[in-house]
Amino acid sequence: MSINHSNTVSRINSPKTTYQYDEFDKDFIRERVAEFREQVRRRLEGSLTEEEFRPFRLMNGLYLQLHAYMLRVAIPYGTLTSQQMRRLAEIADRWDKGYGHFTTRQNLQYNWPKLIDTPDILEALAEVDMHAIQTSGNCIRNVTADHFAGVAADEIEDPRPTAEFLRQWASAHPEFSFLPRKFKIAITGATHDRAATLAHDIGLRLVKNTSGDVGYCVIIGGGLGRSPFIGKIIREYVPRTELLAYLEAIMRVYNRYGRRDNKYKARIKILVHEKGIETIRAAVEKEFATMDHTAFQQDPQEFERVAASFVSPPYEALPSESSKLTKARLETPAFDHFVSVNVSEHKIAGYAIVTVSLKPINGIPGDATSHQMRILADACDRFGFGELRVSHEQNIILPHVKKDDLFALWQTLTAADLATANAGLVSDIISCPGLDYCSLATARSIPIAQAISQRFSDMARQRRIGKLGIKISGCINACGHHHIGAIGVLGLEKKGQESYQITLGGDPGFSASIGEILGPGVSADQVPEVIEHLVDFYLAERHETEAFIDTWRRLGHARFKDVLRREGEDGADI
Amino acid sequence: MALISKGDFVRDPWRRLADEEAFPENGKLIVSYERLDNALKARGANGDIGVFIDNTLEIDKLTPALPKLGLIAIAFPSFADGRGFSLARLVRREGYRGELRASGRLLADQYAHALGCGFDTIEIPDDLAQRQDETQWRAAIRVHQRTYQRGYISSGSILDARRKATQ
Ligand code: SF4
Repeated sequence: MSINHSNTVSRINSPKTTYQYDEFDKDFIRERVAEFREQVRRRLEGSLTEEEFRPFRLMNGLYLQLHAYMLRVAIPYGTLTSQQMRRLAEIADRWDKGYGHFTTRQNLQYNWPKLIDTPDILEALAEVDMHAIQTSGNCIRNVTADHFAGVAADEIEDPRPTAEFLRQWASAHPEFSFLPRKFKIAITGATHDRAATLAHDIGLRLVKNTSGDVGYCVIIGGGLGRSPFIGKIIREYVPRTELLAYLEAIMRVYNRYGRRDNKYKARIKILVHEKGIETIRAAVEKEFATMDHTAFQQDPQEFERVAASFVSPPYEALPSESSKLTKARLETPAFDHFVSVNVSEHKIAGYAIVTVSLKPINGIPGDATSHQMRILADACDRFGFGELRVSHEQNIILPHVKKDDLFALWQTLTAADLATANAGLVSDIISCPGLDYCSLATARSIPIAQAISQRFSDMARQRRIGKLGIKISGCINACGHHHIGAIGVLGLEKKGQESYQITLGGDPGFSASIGEILGPGVSADQVPEVIEHLVDFYLAERHETEAFIDTWRRLGHARFKDVLRREGEDGADI
Repeated sequence: MALISKGDFVRDPWRRLADEEAFPENGKLIVSYERLDNALKARGANGDIGVFIDNTLEIDKLTPALPKLGLIAIAFPSFADGRGFSLARLVRREGYRGELRASGRLLADQYAHALGCGFDTIEIPDDLAQRQDETQWRAAIRVHQRTYQRGYISSGSILDARRKATQ
C-alpha cells in the first residue's frame, strides 16, 4: 500500500547533496520489507514464536513499549531530504497520531503503529529510500555522524561518505547480526566532537597522518547505560583502505568473546574493561593480521563511488557579511537572539547553519508534529537546497541557508512554533521518553524536562547563562545520555517514589568525561530548584565567558556539593 | 532432529555418537571433541569421522585435525547466540572443505546468515522442524538474494554486481 501524494515528489530543481540509492540499494531494502512482511505473517500463523520473532522485529526497528509498539526509523548520519521529511509526516498522519519523536541517535520514533501496519509503513519508507533496518536489536545499529558534517568550518573531511560506506557494510551482515548486544558506531570528521565518539561502542575520527593522508583514529568500548565508560583508542591511525578489515577484526573478537551470560555485561565496553584494552588490542591486531584482506581490495573504489554522491550544493559566490541580515537583526530583537543562539558558522562565505530547536518551552523534547515536519521540508526546499539534518541533541538542522534569507526563514519558523532560540542553552534539554512511553523506565523524564524549561522560561536569563547541556534519563539505561550532560538527571525509583539523581561534569566531546553524583536523590518537584541553585552558583563564580563545565572543573565537585548542603541546612529537603 | 541441505529436509548419513556409547566398526560418526583423538586413531582419516564442537572452541585446537575430518558440527545453544557464525568463518579460513553443519535451534530466518558464513547443512530439533517446514527453509534461501559484504558466500554480492554494471 503506497502513498502517492504528488507533494512527495522531490522538487525537480533540488540538487542531490546526499547519497543516492542505486537500483541495488533499492532492491535491498525492498527485499528486507518483503522479508519482514513474511515474518509478520509467520508470527501470526505460529511458525515463529514471540521469542523467535523478537530479534527480527527489532532488526526492523519494531519495539514493544509500555502501551503499544514503537517503530524506530533510521536517519543514517542524520541526513534527510525534504522529500523524505514529507514522507515521515505522511506516515505520522496515516499510521500514527500525527507526530514523531526524534531521538538522540538520529532516528525517528513513531509511538503508536500497529504490528499489522508496519510492513506497509516500511514499504512507504522504502519508496523514499528510507528504512528501519537495524535501529534496534543485537546488531550494528544506525551509524551516526556529526550533524554539521560537510558544512562545518572545523572539518578535516565530511564523515558521511564513511558513514554510508559503513551502513552498507553493516546491513544484514551474515556474521554480525546476532551479537552479544547492540553495537553503536559514531563518526566525526571535525576538530570538535559533535558525535560523542567517546561514548560509542566504536567511535571513529577522521585524522590525517604525517604524510597528509586521511584515515581513522579508532576508539572502542565507550558507552553509557548502567556502567558508563569513556572509549579508549585502540589504534591511532587506520588507513582508509583498511577500515572495513579493521572493523571486521574488532567485530569478530567481540562476537566471539563478548559476554553472553549477562545482558548487562554484554557490551564491548565491559569486554574492554574486564580484559583490558591491551589484551583486546592484541586480539584485534592478531585477527587483523591473520584475516584474508583480498575481500577488501575493492573498498577504495566503492568508497569513491559513495563519496561522489555527497556533492556540495551549488552555492552562490556571496560576500561573507549580509547587510540584509545586519539590518534585520537591529530591527527585530527576537530575531537577533535567534541568530546569536541558533545560527552557526558555515564553511562557505555568505551561508549559515541553522538549528531548529525541537525544545519549545514546556514542550516534549524531540517531538515534531506532521505539520511541523512539512513546514521544515518546505523551508529547506525554499532556503536550504532541500536538505535537513537531525542532531543527536534532538534538533533539526538546515545546513545551508543564505545569510540574506535568514530573516525570512525565521518568520516561517516562528509561525510554526519552531523558532525557539535556545539551541545549546539550558532549556535545550535532551530527554529520553521515560515512564510516559518506555517499559523499562523507573521514573518520568519528559515532565522533568518540561518543568526545568519552565523554570528557565526567561530567555534573557538563559542567554546570560549561556551554553549548558542538561540531559535526562528515565532509568539507568541512560538513553538520555545523562552521564555526559554538564548537568545530568537520572530518574530512579526508591520505595515506590520517583527519585532523581543529579550528576555534574559530564562532557560528550573530545575531552569526554562521565558526570559525578552530586548527592542523595531528590524528588521530581525539587529537580528544577536544585538545578537553579547550581546554575546561580555557577553564574556567581564563573570567570567571564567560562562554560559551566569549566567552572566546575576549576572549582571542583566539592564546591558544588556545598551549594546544596547549605541549601539543605536552610530547610530545603535535599 | 531434522537435517536441511540446500533447502530440503534430507536423510542424515551421519550418526551422533553419545559419549558413553561404544565405538562401532563402521559408519559415519560424529563424536564429541573430547573423543576426537581416539576416534581418529581407531578409524584413521578416511573422512568417516566428524566432530561436534562448542561455539567457544579455539580454532587452533582443531586445526591439526581438519584435513582428517568429514564433518564439523558447531553447536548453536540458542538462535540468538551468533558465535557459531564467527567460528564457521574461522574453520573455513583454516582451509576446511568438508561438510560444516550448524546444530541447534537455528531459524529459517537465519539460513542465509549460516550459508554466508560457510555452513552447508543445518540440523534442528523436530519441534522446530514442524513449525518451520521445508517450504519455509526453501523460501529462506531466496530471501537474501543480495548482500553488501564481500568475502562471504552469497548468491548475489551487490558490490560485485555494481562493479559489473559500471564496467
Ligand atoms: S533511559 Fe530507560 S526510561 Fe529512558 S528510554 Fe532508555 S530504557 Fe527507557
